[in-house]
Amino acid sequence: MEKVFERTKGLTDTEFGYCPGCHHSVLHRMVAETLEELDILDKTVGVCPVGCAVFMYEYMSCDIIEAAHGRAPAVATGVKRVIPDRIVFSYQGDGDLASIGTAEIVHAAARGENISVIFINNTTYGMTGGQMAPTTLINQKTTTCPTGRNPAVNGYPIRVCEMLATLDGPSYIERVCPTSPAGFAKTKKAIRHAFENQIAGKGFSLVEVLSNCPTHLRMTPIETYRRIDEEMTKVFPPGVFLDR
Amino acid sequence: MAKRKLLKGNVGLCYGAIAARCNAFFGYPITPQNEVPEYMSELMPANGGVFIQAESELAAINMVYGAAAAGKRAMTSSSSPGISLKQEGISYIAASELPCVIVNVQRGGPGLGNTLPGQADYFQAVKGGGHGDYRLLTLAPWSVQDCYDFMPMAFDLADKYRNPVMILMDAIIGQMLEQVDLHNDFPVTDFPKPWATNGAKSRTHNIVNSLWIDPDVMEELNNRLKAKYEMAQREETRFQEFYTKDAELVLVAYGCPARICRTVVDLAREEGMRVGLLRPITLYPFPSQQIAALAQNGKRFMVVEMSQGQMVEDVRLAVNGMADVAFYGRTGGIVPNPTEILNEVRASFGKPPVVSYYQNTAPCKEATN
Repeated sequence: MEKVFERTKGLTDTEFGYCPGCHHSVLHRMVAETLEELDILDKTVGVCPVGCAVFMYEYMSCDIIEAAHGRAPAVATGVKRVIPDRIVFSYQGDGDLASIGTAEIVHAAARGENISVIFINNTTYGMTGGQMAPTTLINQKTTTCPTGRNPAVNGYPIRVCEMLATLDGPSYIERVCPTSPAGFAKTKKAIRHAFENQIAGKGFSLVEVLSNCPTHLRMTPIETYRRIDEEMTKVFPPGVFLDR
Repeated sequence: MAKRKLLKGNVGLCYGAIAARCNAFFGYPITPQNEVPEYMSELMPANGGVFIQAESELAAINMVYGAAAAGKRAMTSSSSPGISLKQEGISYIAASELPCVIVNVQRGGPGLGNTLPGQADYFQAVKGGGHGDYRLLTLAPWSVQDCYDFMPMAFDLADKYRNPVMILMDAIIGQMLEQVDLHNDFPVTDFPKPWATNGAKSRTHNIVNSLWIDPDVMEELNNRLKAKYEMAQREETRFQEFYTKDAELVLVAYGCPARICRTVVDLAREEGMRVGLLRPITLYPFPSQQIAALAQNGKRFMVVEMSQGQMVEDVRLAVNGMADVAFYGRTGGIVPNPTEILNEVRASFGKPPVVSYYQNTAPCKEATN
């Protein structure tokens, strides 16, 4: 019988421990497939965050460093600068990248570090139990804003792509929305572009993936996709912000 | 050929780092250690290395974490408030068993304190500093020559033990000028790093991690760290003694106060008081055994520090009630002069104070940041 699909060499045979319907599993696979397709698995060093994706080191078959919360871009900088012929990426959630790690991501982008950043924005802290994130939408209920995010108390969501696109350092910044077959294809293409950019020595690339958390949003996976399309894209419009 | 140069302690460190074949320096400006990043910004690229002025102390120590994970010799330097900021990263580096060197040119504290010399970060340095059960191997230079010589030793210890090493000094040692022999007689040891995350070519992938969900695995790490520290205690404890053999009173001091106490020993002996000096070179591992042996031989002790009394606790632990341990400390950036220490010594011998050999000068005013 003809084999039509198999696990990419970029993933180990460890079963994903993510919740059913969570985007992380498929996004891990996209990163892993990209590394295999570009034939860079044996020269890539990944840096994983604190958050649900903290366990990325169990699933990826490239070298991985587990960073402290928010510090992945600094760790990636340290790696890339001392072994510049290797490929270095960070994979971070919104709490990690846009809250506790804002200084690290802004300055890695400003320096134009030749790294690829995969930024997963699901508007909540998944691992710790669904607290308010820097990207939580106005009126969105979380365990630390139980009556909904109120700008008078909690401020406003941060748009990372728009903010980083004001800098001269980055080479490529895109926000993608994997809620349809076309959206998934576009996401994969964007991730691949972020790695190709690094191979070409173009500098800092970031792909923001609008993502879900069925468990803490208390929604079915399909409902979370609808929420991304109808609510999240209004605040975080998909598109290419920089590609130079 | 050996080269002699007149250098500040901070600059001596930089030349020492180059001699140690340091690959990367990541730092952030803070007085009184600014010469370190300034010189390294030239010396590192000139010697094929990497220099980055990081956006914060947190970023700097995490860049060190990344470069060390990649298998390279990496260091950072800072001063007291900056070292506090680095503690998260230091804990992760120790837990991930990565080698690196961290320099602390201590200033007055707590808080923003001042930019004058201090030794109040002793606890933070030798007891771990950040969260969790770990220690830093800690070296205390007392001269600019030491600043130079200790860097290769620090990197070797870091690689040997896969543990962060701290050079704990103070603003005087960092800022004073002394002649340094820039010899290159350092042993060159090759430390293979098969654990490095530098691309999984011809091997299974490596993971650098400090997350251990399984309690048995977590305890195993803590036991492994403990075993390393016990080995360091046996193999790396270093100290220097002056006239301790016949001494009735042994002064214990490190860094700048040890230099001053060295003078006090001579002054006291001119007056017929049998005083000696023990100067720990490694603050961790601490020369507890030697201090206990001296206590057993009937010596009493006086610890002199530029703090309200931190190392004195380790001396008391070593002595374990066998002998009297007195303490004399100055803080706020005030460096004790030999006369005031001598008067403490005289009092302990039942003698009245003497007129000052040295004028006690007020600390000079300096920049606050």
